[in-house]
Amino acid sequence: MTVAAFTFYAFAVTTLLGGLMTVMSRNPVHSVLWLILAFISSAGLFVLLGAEFVAMLLMIVYVGAVAVLFLFVVMMLDIDFAELKAEMARYMPLALLIGVVILMQLGMAFGAWDYSEGVAERLAAPAGEVQNTAALGQLIYDKYIMLFQLAGLILLVAMIGAIVLTLRHRTNIKRQDILAQMYRDPAKAMELKDVKPGQGL
Amino acid sequence: MEDLLREYLPIVIFLGLAIALGAILVLAAVIVAVRNPDPEKVSAYECGFNAFDDARMKFDVRFYLVSILFIIFDLEVAFLFPWAVAFKDLSMVGFWSMMVFLGVLTIGFAYEWKKGALEWS
Repeated sequence: MTVAAFTFYAFAVTTLLGGLMTVMSRNPVHSVLWLILAFISSAGLFVLLGAEFVAMLLMIVYVGAVAVLFLFVVMMLDIDFAELKAEMARYMPLALLIGVVILMQLGMAFGAWDYSEGVAERLAAPAGEVQNTAALGQLIYDKYIMLFQLAGLILLVAMIGAIVLTLRHRTNIKRQDILAQMYRDPAKAMELKDVKPGQGL
Repeated sequence: MEDLLREYLPIVIFLGLAIALGAILVLAAVIVAVRNPDPEKVSAYECGFNAFDDARMKFDVRFYLVSILFIIFDLEVAFLFPWAVAFKDLSMVGFWSMMVFLGVLTIGFAYEWKKGALEWS
């Protein structure tokens, strides 16, 4: 077994283990941590395929950002998880049915699976002297400009949606007004009065 | 293909060392450390009084907002990487499409700044 094959099996097994434990672990926070393990090992699989940029993207975006988001979601849901587990037994038959259906579909798909000719040459993809990221850069912004701009618009909609849904200003809170602080005139802020003895102001 | 994997060999070695070190530390704690639990030791520590309730409580939704905004700008930066790497070979269309993309997201940035989403109450 070559090093590449060994690494592939190590990453593949780790990915499967991570996915399985994500579903099975009792504590949802542990689930998120197992999910991160699955993300990292699938990044390793992408590197083995020669898709370096996608692998690094998986690390930055999924492990760095999406996993943190999941952690927040898990912590924000104020759910009694012990109670939820008790409910789980009720839905077990339905879940098993769906699992069997998916298994059969996968079996049917992979039963009819066949490689086209010349797959071995195309599989060893990394295209010579043009690097992975540079090749992507030449494609995304020019040939697939439409999809790229749509991605930008989707990000804009996501940003506005998140703000509209979650931002509510509390009314009885004092906020810092930086401009007012900077334009404050010290000479006008305080006034000295000479108070005579025995008299008030 | 082999060359590519050879470049990643140091990272694999690092990964193996990190996993081994983590496993050693965890196993050493299991094997070597003295364990002598009693109910008072393993109960939740709260200074001066008994713990009121579970540690699990509702977070403010604004954490979530900050995290979503972070993801969006993270993706924007991720799109900048291939653009910067291939900058030498880009056509004018490629250059200006990125400028439009940045412009669109700057509109969003101005919106959230104006709305005060970046301020913490």
